[in-house]
Amino acid sequence: MEIKVTATGPGPERLWREALAAGRLTLPFCDACGRAHFFPRVLCPHCGAGDITFREVSGRGTVHSTTVLRRKPAEGGDLNIALVDFAEGGRMMSRVDGLPPAEVRIGLAVTARILVEDGAPIVVFVPGEAA
Amino acid sequence: MAVHRLRGSAAIVGAGQAGIGEAPGRSPFDLIGDATRAALDDCGLKLSDIDGVFSATMINSMPAISVAEYLGLRPRVTEGTNTGGSSFLAHMQWAALALDAGLCEVALITYGSNQRTGAGKFVTTSETVAWEAPYKPRYPVSAYALAAARHMHEFGTTRAQLAEVAVAARTWANLNPEAFARGPLSIEDVLAARMLSDPLTVKDCCLVTDGAGAIIMTRADRARDFPKAPVYMLGVAAENWHRWVSSMPDLTTTSASRSGPRAMEMAGVSHADLDLVMLYDAFTITPVLFLEDLGFCPKGEGGRFVADGKLRHGGGFALNTNGGGLSCVHPGMYGLFLLIEAVRQLRGECGARQLDAPKTALCHGNGGHWSSQVTAILGLEETL
Ligand SMILES: [Zn+2]
Repeated sequence: MEIKVTATGPGPERLWREALAAGRLTLPFCDACGRAHFFPRVLCPHCGAGDITFREVSGRGTVHSTTVLRRKPAEGGDLNIALVDFAEGGRMMSRVDGLPPAEVRIGLAVTARILVEDGAPIVVFVPGEAA
Repeated sequence: MAVHRLRGSAAIVGAGQAGIGEAPGRSPFDLIGDATRAALDDCGLKLSDIDGVFSATMINSMPAISVAEYLGLRPRVTEGTNTGGSSFLAHMQWAALALDAGLCEVALITYGSNQRTGAGKFVTTSETVAWEAPYKPRYPVSAYALAAARHMHEFGTTRAQLAEVAVAARTWANLNPEAFARGPLSIEDVLAARMLSDPLTVKDCCLVTDGAGAIIMTRADRARDFPKAPVYMLGVAAENWHRWVSSMPDLTTTSASRSGPRAMEMAGVSHADLDLVMLYDAFTITPVLFLEDLGFCPKGEGGRFVADGKLRHGGGFALNTNGGGLSCVHPGMYGLFLLIEAVRQLRGECGARQLDAPKTALCHGNGGHWSSQVTAILGLEETL
């Protein structure tokens, strides 16, 4: 699955969210230098080229850093917040589910899951590599 | 190498503060007015002499315009760029440029907030960003916690080493009658405090206070005409690499690693020339990264560098002598207070916490989520 960003059609943020809503995790890759980036843009932040193609990715990643936002139970309780590096390149803020928030470690191998929260599809991660 | 034309071209001739800590019933603009009057009294200029206004606030879409209106000014130069807490060091750069170009004669740089008594919590007009908002980070602490966690992972930095930064700040605050948080503080107190966003506890975080500051700058050619010793801008440099922490290129290296060397090159100073170092301490981790990025110790060594207590009063490394954002004052954006403390130290006005005849100071401001970094070097006339 490949989607090219065009000069006049929907922008990269819209394209990324539409793919996510259809159950596909994609990343924007630069046609010129080949590198992925995140968040999606109309130009490559690495080399400045303007031809960008979304490709579906493995969802595999590594926890680059992690924190536990301490909240009262009434506010939803402790919450993990993580920065995850995609195997294909690019980093996103996300959350690791499936472990107590404080047990998420830097370096942990994780795999993306698409959830719907507050009415919108979002990417979270769970421990382990995709089967 | 040719001397940069802005080196020593402008000077701070007046400085004032108001409402440091708590100022119940006074609005942010009231406090800006109070601080501006204090700064004018400090140098003997009149309000009507100000023809350049530089300000950023956390509540106004056109902050410098609103400040000028409140003060009843009709400035020729109005500059309100908001780079977060570093704004006022950046404003000093633009003020020096405007003064040098003859666009204005007397520049006011000011900031004020009543966010402790007015709102009771950290106030910001900052938008959320779609790429981070679904994960509900608490700004700014979560952004700094993510960097602290990574620094601990990469370099073995410990929570006790971070706590030392807060303890050292308190030793200075205890000598500053204006400081909001005074009294004993131990490493154990910091470690046992309520965790906000691991590894940062509430005692690893800056205060939420009221407070305002103002400085008056003129060109160097008239800076000796005022009652107090002029404090010259010897160097200034800025750089930013990202806005939100998820786009920060390297969680343990900031663009201070670029702004610092450039400011010091403009000033023509080395680390040994610096008698005072004022580093934005929004969290205990921030001075640790800045000590590394500004070249006071190698990358990764910041935790071990501070652990021996050298930052405490009498410890040999004069850092944040007002008590910093951690123990003196932090009304949302703190950068201006770095400059004011440096001015007061260089003039010898600091009472019990006064350093022994300092001549040169480095001030480093941080804005956003490690985003905007601005370094300024200030010095007395003999450093020109
Ligand atoms: Zn590229």
